Amino acid sequence: MKLNATTSQTVGPFFDIGLRRFCCADLAAPGVSGERITIEGRVLDGDGVPVPDALLEIWQANAQGKYAHSDDTQALPIEPAFKGYGRIATDDQGRFRILTIKPGPVPGPQGSMQAPHIVVSVFMRGLLKRLATRIYFPGDPHHANDPVLALVDPARRATLIAKAASRDRGNLHWDVILQGPGETVFFNC
Amino acid sequence: MHLKTELQGYRLPVPGTQPDYLHPAYVSSIKRAPTQPLVSIPQTLSEITGPQFAAEEVSPCIFDLTRQHKGSPLGERMIVTGRVLDEDARPIAHTLVELWQANAAGRYLHTIDQHDAPLDPNFTGCGHTLTDAEGRYRFITIKPGCYPWRNHYNAWRPAHIHFSLFGPAFATRLVTQMYFPGDPLLASDPVYNCTADEEARKRLISVFDWETTVPETALGYRFDIVLRGREQTPMEGSE
Repeated sequence: MKLNATTSQTVGPFFDIGLRRFCCADLAAPGVSGERITIEGRVLDGDGVPVPDALLEIWQANAQGKYAHSDDTQALPIEPAFKGYGRIATDDQGRFRILTIKPGPVPGPQGSMQAPHIVVSVFMRGLLKRLATRIYFPGDPHHANDPVLALVDPARRATLIAKAASRDRGNLHWDVILQGPGETVFFNC
Repeated sequence: MHLKTELQGYRLPVPGTQPDYLHPAYVSSIKRAPTQPLVSIPQTLSEITGPQFAAEEVSPCIFDLTRQHKGSPLGERMIVTGRVLDEDARPIAHTLVELWQANAAGRYLHTIDQHDAPLDPNFTGCGHTLTDAEGRYRFITIKPGCYPWRNHYNAWRPAHIHFSLFGPAFATRLVTQMYFPGDPLLASDPVYNCTADEEARKRLISVFDWETTVPETALGYRFDIVLRGREQTPMEGSE
């Protein structure tokens, strides 16, 4: 190793002017295969106050479990209309809304399979580096064998699993809770 | 389904070279830093892949922040250029670099910036570009002004430019800030000083560069950005 990675710094309160161009809250263009889902939620600080200046970025596989990336060498199809990338800023009530498709399961370490999930980066004023977390899906039978969930205290796993928001199983709710009871699990990865 | 090739993960940071989440001198971190320890997980296919951006998604002219309006922005015109490298000093080609900054008076074109300094109708303060095959990027802009904030009594942010990079993977995502040499505000800035390692902090300071400076046109500053490098050995348990 010759160099050290550059130090992270906060996005600050004014990131919107610089990061708006590549915002994308709707990943599921017409024709993309898979189950349409909506994930809504809020970002809450240590006082339970909504965070109106947070930015979420998401990255996910397509419905077949294939990432649109050259390091995913699985013999599965890439869908040109599905990139798997989203970027959403919270509104003045700390809310966000993501439209996408449910990803397929993807490989994990040692021949394991991971339950369907979306990886998430969280940025905001006050965060000196991004927080990494995951969104899993309610009632998925793969959770019991998921190699990442297995590393999480069972009492905290629910913070990573979206909840059904209505009888329509495509409407999901998932919050980012920065501190206190129900604090979201964040990863070192 | 097993992967045909070996997955190589990305290295964890050298201790002290990245900030902790809680840095009480930076008051906003107190209610926003997680209180539970992070859960360490192996990098999987989800972390070693990440969004990539193609040339057709990038506006070709938007690297020049001085030509986004009818007139020229006020301020000291400057070129900021550098290379995006991994920790083995290998260039990261064709990766997206996004940038945003205040105008020369220290004011952002943002509704919540209430600093009593003028907006510049000829300056938006944002740009993006893709690195070239050698990992180089180049922006033309004006030097941002310093501005006050309410973190502590008489707090002023040193002049800085925000940078956002993806690199090859979710694991390599980085948002940082570039500073200017000799800025007297650096010593008292809690954001700059959030990182324990002094050498790591100093690498956030750009270098004034005669080679980049264009006669009678613009001063040149060099700022190289390093993203996490690959582990030397394949990830445990991959095949």
